[in-house]
Amino acid sequence: MEVLKSKTLKISEEKDLLNIRGLIREYAGEIGLPEIYKVKLLTATSEIARNVLKYAVSGRMTIRILSDIYKGIEVICEDNGKGIADVDSAMKKGFSTSGSLGLGLPGAKSLVHVFHIDSKLSVGTRVRLIVWRK
Amino acid sequence: MEKIPVLKIGNLLLISIQTDIYDSQGLQLQDDIANLLQRHSFRGVILDISSLSIVDSFMGKIINNIASISLVMGAETVVSGMQPAVAITLVELGLEMPNVKTTLSLEKAIQFFNEKFNRETDQDGSSQE
Repeated sequence: MEVLKSKTLKISEEKDLLNIRGLIREYAGEIGLPEIYKVKLLTATSEIARNVLKYAVSGRMTIRILSDIYKGIEVICEDNGKGIADVDSAMKKGFSTSGSLGLGLPGAKSLVHVFHIDSKLSVGTRVRLIVWRK
Repeated sequence: MEKIPVLKIGNLLLISIQTDIYDSQGLQLQDDIANLLQRHSFRGVILDISSLSIVDSFMGKIINNIASISLVMGAETVVSGMQPAVAITLVELGLEMPNVKTTLSLEKAIQFFNEKFNRETDQDGSSQE
């Protein structure tokens, strides 16, 4: 697997979310990602980025164009927040510690082709998403 | 931050969301609609999202809140013009909108309310006879 392009953006305020969406749109355009996959990836990324702002306060997001059998876009989101105590519960629909709908993580997972989450208490959380241009 | 304009047309409130909005703008919109509904007796709220390219769970929650608040205050909410990719994404995200009626276009939303109001006027007329 080859990385054709890569850029890392910070997430520390809501405005950054719009920059991230902008970069994903740009990369999606470059590889000709169909509209539906683009909207799904943008929505999944938005859910993940929102979690960073809400729970970890700040983090960074790396967006890459990948080339394998297909081309694709990878989003890696990392923060040094308090981490998720129970990842299995956090991945269940309707589970929330903040009064939100509890759709963020499980929802994001169902929107993309590849979804990985690693979280360590008081170290941080890393989420990786890929959407392939199949 | 710029407010999302809420237009008053007869007994309808019309809101057109043209671009991705900040969370704070969404929350502000929710408050603005609640305040307007309290001061005047609007019967319907039309939320046109035809220019909106993504609706995430937060935006979905705002739309649901607006619909629930409106319902409690005597108005029905119609979301018009949802793009196909947004609709598919919402379904896969698992976001349900139980109190929200949807129409394919703004025109159809206005038509829906006109027909509804006409029906109600007819019913009022016949009950007085």
